[in-house]
Amino acid sequence: MSANEKPKFAMYWAAACGGCEIAVLNIGEKILDVDANFDVVFWPVAMDAKYKDVEAMPDGYITLTLFNGGIRNKENAEMARLLRRKSKILVSFGSCASEGCIPGLANLSSRQEILDTAYGTLTTDNPDNIRPQYSYAAPEGELHIPEFLPFVQTLDQIVPVDYYIPGCPPESHQIGAVVDLVIQALQGKAQLPPPGSVIGAGGSTVCDDCPRKRHEKKIKEFVRIQQIKPDPDLCLLEQGVPCNGPATRNGCGALCPQAGAQCIGCYGPAEGVTDYGARLITAFASVIDADDPQEIERILDGLPDPVGQFYRFNLAASLLRAAKPAFTGK
Amino acid sequence: MSDTFEPVIIGFTCNWCSYRAADLAGTARVKYPPNVRLIRLMCSGRLDPTFVLHALANGADAVMITGCHPGECHYIEQNYKALRRFLLLRRTLAGMGIEPQRVQLVWASAAEGARLAEEIARIVEEVRALGPLHWPTSTDLYGKPFSEEEAFSVTKETSAPAEVNA
Repeated sequence: MSANEKPKFAMYWAAACGGCEIAVLNIGEKILDVDANFDVVFWPVAMDAKYKDVEAMPDGYITLTLFNGGIRNKENAEMARLLRRKSKILVSFGSCASEGCIPGLANLSSRQEILDTAYGTLTTDNPDNIRPQYSYAAPEGELHIPEFLPFVQTLDQIVPVDYYIPGCPPESHQIGAVVDLVIQALQGKAQLPPPGSVIGAGGSTVCDDCPRKRHEKKIKEFVRIQQIKPDPDLCLLEQGVPCNGPATRNGCGALCPQAGAQCIGCYGPAEGVTDYGARLITAFASVIDADDPQEIERILDGLPDPVGQFYRFNLAASLLRAAKPAFTGK
Repeated sequence: MSDTFEPVIIGFTCNWCSYRAADLAGTARVKYPPNVRLIRLMCSGRLDPTFVLHALANGADAVMITGCHPGECHYIEQNYKALRRFLLLRRTLAGMGIEPQRVQLVWASAAEGARLAEEIARIVEEVRALGPLHWPTSTDLYGKPFSEEEAFSVTKETSAPAEVNA
């Protein structure tokens, strides 16, 4: 079989940190299966390629595209549309593409605030207060950089997506399983799940995978993990540590709670959860052991940053999507 | 008349108290502003904060949550859960730039039709003073993949929300 007849594979990063690419490489020798079964046609982090090469491909040419990263600027959005056209299966890969992730927290600020923080704080060495310009007249001609959009969007807010692989980053064994599944499906030995499915993850919550013992929870105060010496066998939320396990999709194997740290929610909302933060609000409010408004407020003071707690990874995909400053610019 | 702002308020009512209070207000011909759209739940404890976010994200200017007075819940203690959720939700919404007046909690027993009407009138006036919420996700293009032209008719300085999110 010549290389040209193999299914085509692409991976692209938009507003992301690069951790997803590392996670793909971490699948170990399975990466050889990828190479044996796919022809890698576009993967900027791993090989030289130009956008015009992708543009020259016929529509639907790429069999499988893993798209990681959120949509932060116009370039991200254009690449999302381009790769959607060129791909048979477009996978929203990782938390950024699926729900905005950490870059999505910029949706709490206006563009102006973000640029001020990046270029104008005391610790920034920028005496002339130089700011990025969308166009610049260089001797060689006019140069442009992609427009910085007002807020981060998820991939599926821009184009239709076939599958989602959650996680920040997705666990390597889960990626390996998805690679196996796609290869088998291409060989006609397995069927792909219905479009729109979340793959490479569980259908339940992190609590289901967590080995810590659970009882009826009653919390008199929230604590930060460094303030206590947590009981290694007892549910962290029961100990007052705000653990996001109850609303978070499983699939990671409950790694953080087993290592003594609370779940921060990187696998995104569990199956059936519309708004991740709302589910956590419900969960946390239910375990607070107080009926008096003042006492409840005192306990809630133990959660100094509710938006950060509830939407650390999920803000761009939440029902409200962004805070007012991002929308209004003020 | 057309230029006065009429807030749209979603009111979640409990089957056992506030819904009956609203009913009583009706049978007693107590008048209250028509801005509130009541939705009956079996209990304020049924109120998932998702409902509130959904309402605000889809065009409501405010949400009123009502339930039985503390200690009088038909299901023993669920209104306390509603209270705790409400207080935590309000803190979260503050972080998103939504004013506290836009999500309010009111206790009203089945006998308090007149009081519920007064509270509705008060909330309507408070929200009217704040002006429309018009959360950008409430445009009718919400959730649909948008075309390049629509998406990037964004001015560089401030963004008109509906255009950005279209």
